Amino acid sequence: MTSLVLRGVRPYGEDPVDIVIADGVIVDLAAPGTGDGEVIHAEDLVALPGFVDLHTHLREPGREDAETVLTGTRAAALGGFTCVHAMANTNPVADTAGVVEQVWRLGQVAGLVDVRPVGAVTLGLEGERLAELGAMAHSAAEVRVFSDDGKCVHDAVLMRRALEYVKAFGGVVAQHAQEPRLTEGAQMNEGELSGRLGLAGWPAVAEEAIIARDVLLAQHVGSRLHVCHVSTAGSVEVIRWAKARGVDVTAEVTPHHLILTEDLVQSYDPIYKVNPPLRSAADVEALRAALADGTIDAIATDHAPHPHEDKDCEWAAAAMGMLGLETAFAVAMSTMVEPGLLSWRDLAQRMSVQPARIGRVSTQGHDLVVGAVANLAVVDPDARVVVEPSGLASKSRNTPYRGMELPGRVVHTIHAGTPTVLDGALA
Amino acid sequence: MKHLLSAADLSRDEAVLVLDTAAELAAVTDRSVKKLPTLRGRTVVNLFFEDSTRTRISFEVAAKRLSADVINFAAKGSSVSKGESLKDTALTLEAMGADAVVIRHGSSGAPHRLATAGWIGGSVVNAGDGTHEHPTQALLDAFTLRRHLREGSGDLDGLRVAIVGDILHSRVARSNVLLMRTLGAEVTLIAPPTLMPYGVESWPCSVSYDIDTVLPDVDAVMMLRVQAERMHAAYFPSTLEYSRLYGLDVARMSRLPDHAIVMHPGPMNRGMEISADVADSPRAVMVEQVANGVSVRMAVLYLLLGGMKEDI
Amino acid sequence: MDSRAHVVLDDADIGRAIRRIAHEIVERARGSESLILLGIPTRGVALAHRIADAVAAIEGTEVPVGSLDITLYRDDLRMRPARALEPTTIPAGGVDDKVVVLVDDVLFSGRTIRAALDALNDVGRPSAVQLAVLVDRGHRQLPIRPDYVGKNLPTSLTEQVRVEVAEVDGADQVTILGEPQ
Ligand SMILES: [Zn+2]
Repeated sequence: MTSLVLRGVRPYGEDPVDIVIADGVIVDLAAPGTGDGEVIHAEDLVALPGFVDLHTHLREPGREDAETVLTGTRAAALGGFTCVHAMANTNPVADTAGVVEQVWRLGQVAGLVDVRPVGAVTLGLEGERLAELGAMAHSAAEVRVFSDDGKCVHDAVLMRRALEYVKAFGGVVAQHAQEPRLTEGAQMNEGELSGRLGLAGWPAVAEEAIIARDVLLAQHVGSRLHVCHVSTAGSVEVIRWAKARGVDVTAEVTPHHLILTEDLVQSYDPIYKVNPPLRSAADVEALRAALADGTIDAIATDHAPHPHEDKDCEWAAAAMGMLGLETAFAVAMSTMVEPGLLSWRDLAQRMSVQPARIGRVSTQGHDLVVGAVANLAVVDPDARVVVEPSGLASKSRNTPYRGMELPGRVVHTIHAGTPTVLDGALA
Repeated sequence: MKHLLSAADLSRDEAVLVLDTAAELAAVTDRSVKKLPTLRGRTVVNLFFEDSTRTRISFEVAAKRLSADVINFAAKGSSVSKGESLKDTALTLEAMGADAVVIRHGSSGAPHRLATAGWIGGSVVNAGDGTHEHPTQALLDAFTLRRHLREGSGDLDGLRVAIVGDILHSRVARSNVLLMRTLGAEVTLIAPPTLMPYGVESWPCSVSYDIDTVLPDVDAVMMLRVQAERMHAAYFPSTLEYSRLYGLDVARMSRLPDHAIVMHPGPMNRGMEISADVADSPRAVMVEQVANGVSVRMAVLYLLLGGMKEDI
Repeated sequence: MDSRAHVVLDDADIGRAIRRIAHEIVERARGSESLILLGIPTRGVALAHRIADAVAAIEGTEVPVGSLDITLYRDDLRMRPARALEPTTIPAGGVDDKVVVLVDDVLFSGRTIRAALDALNDVGRPSAVQLAVLVDRGHRQLPIRPDYVGKNLPTSLTEQVRVEVAEVDGADQVTILGEPQ
């Protein structure tokens, strides 16, 4: 097999090298211009380990009008991802070995990224009975992350049992922290603005109370907990406190919660309707700081495609969620790297190494060293791109960044040694 | 002015213009020929996604007195794809050539969406959206206050108004707080803390949980409808306790200064927020509010449609 | 002042014109007690009051004066942004079976008077309607003619006639602006 050379690329923005790849593995970091093989020009570009998303809604099976495994993984590859975790809230719900294997196989067929299905915690996401977590873990899909995302596992006993049960196979429960009674009919962050706009409030405490309960539960039963899409300063405080106490808890933040605030809701444009809701500027600041200091371990997109008609309506009737895969890196660049909150190595931790560790994906999140599996995102930090919804590979168009100019561009993506994206286009 | 979506859309001068225009139009209502040719050839659509016969009829009378063609479009009931139906309905209305759409909708921001989503080109008048706003109600309240307490002209500078009841769910309260402030009146909101909106401290008004201490110092008190069902969601323990603590009965009304008036946007829950004898007392101006509603809505329709179409 | 503007009536001319109109109205009404003057806002109202004062000086009788806003009856509403309304005040007793003299400052196309006749029609049924104007500048677009004219002023369409009255503008004068054709 011929080898591949990423010519003159700067790993983590450091000194240029030729990264030589053969048989899906990095085989050499050679002096620039000396690597031997088929050349991919990458002079002045930055190489990072391929991004791993812990939180992707691929919508297949059931909502193929919004996204499919194929279109979603195209979007992922174009965003520099080499692995995505496909959320379980499909139709049928991914609560059996059969469904998770189906999604996993669709990912294999598409061949663009590793598709790691997330298993539902409870049957049908109903929050009543545990799904067959063991069967999913032992299936071909090797599920390690379990989540009822979209819904909160709000029953404390059920949550305790799930946390305990997944210990048997190194799993983790990823909690969508939303106290259901406090958020009945909720439409936006509860604050001065929700009162003024007459939209039912979504109090921060509804998220924070569940996280507080869950970290205590995780500690009590000695289990591993992952908190999905942390969105408030208070949640950050709770997680920081739990980590200080030695609780085995990890957390993710979405790109949109790092850059957008609730002020956008004043337009009543449902493109900004998302769960959890956009919060205040103070929350955004706290989330950035927490991601910088490691209290929050990972950036996860919560990529949530919706067909046009589900957003082209009044606020209350609109679906919650926004696209994220193709803009995640640019938002991270804009909010974390450019302001100096994260170095390139830090960013690699937050977008690749930590998510791979949390999801127990052994072939992902490797440091860029000889012997590592060749999953790479090669980015141009100097480019600036205006987001144009029609230019996205996702089947849906619900990006909140329409018309925004963001820094950074994913130029090449290499998945297990094979280029999936070259010069910003699918290879 | 292209749309009327929020009371906040109006500057002080614009609000006074609406009230002055309404005052002139009210005179027309008093004569035998009540119809004006002003909006002949214009089409006004009443698009009501919620039942509100009172408001719908008020707009209908207003539009007809100005000779506009009126189409009543009761969209309630198409519940399956509620979201689609607002857009599809809007496209239908656009095809019919609606010059103005008067919209009542259960979801906050729906009129805003109708005005800005690019579905229609005409004017949009918010006739009540969810728990957000009801600007023409605030205008008719201001008009009523001005007639009684400011001799029918100018603004409401220095007037003190108490608004009592379910502020949290009230679009009337939100619009009134904004408009009263614009016109110089001082508003005090009175409700149990559970029925106050989150963040109400930052609104341009005062807040009190005690109606009895506020009433002696106001020029008008506006009672809001309180639905008994709210007690099932624990907003208050019982209707009895609510009306004892926040209802307006004759004893409580006697705390008001002699000149003060009692208002209610209707429909009233007699025995809940207002006792029957207060509702029927000479200080209660509810019937007048209804009449003023027509004049104010005529003024709004005239000011939106009575000139050339604004460039978009 | 615009250098191209020139005064065609000064305050003395206007005073004489008003007195003459008052005489003619009195003559024609022959002491009728059913006379009403309705000014068309804004300046027509001031002129109506002055004519009433002149009638009172001649006859010693009070003629009721009111105002009739025609905004809601205009046929050119869509050519400008919505205008503020002016007051309409009909003297007590109404206009039914009265002789109504409409008073305006300038008679031009006749469209204002057409609107005024429509407005009057919705207020009641006068026995007769007459028209008094301070200036008739011609260029009628409708079959309307004045009964009493302060001054006939032949103009070109490119010229503008500006009537100022003390009650509104602080001084009495009529000027023509612009070039004769
Ligand atoms: Zn979620």
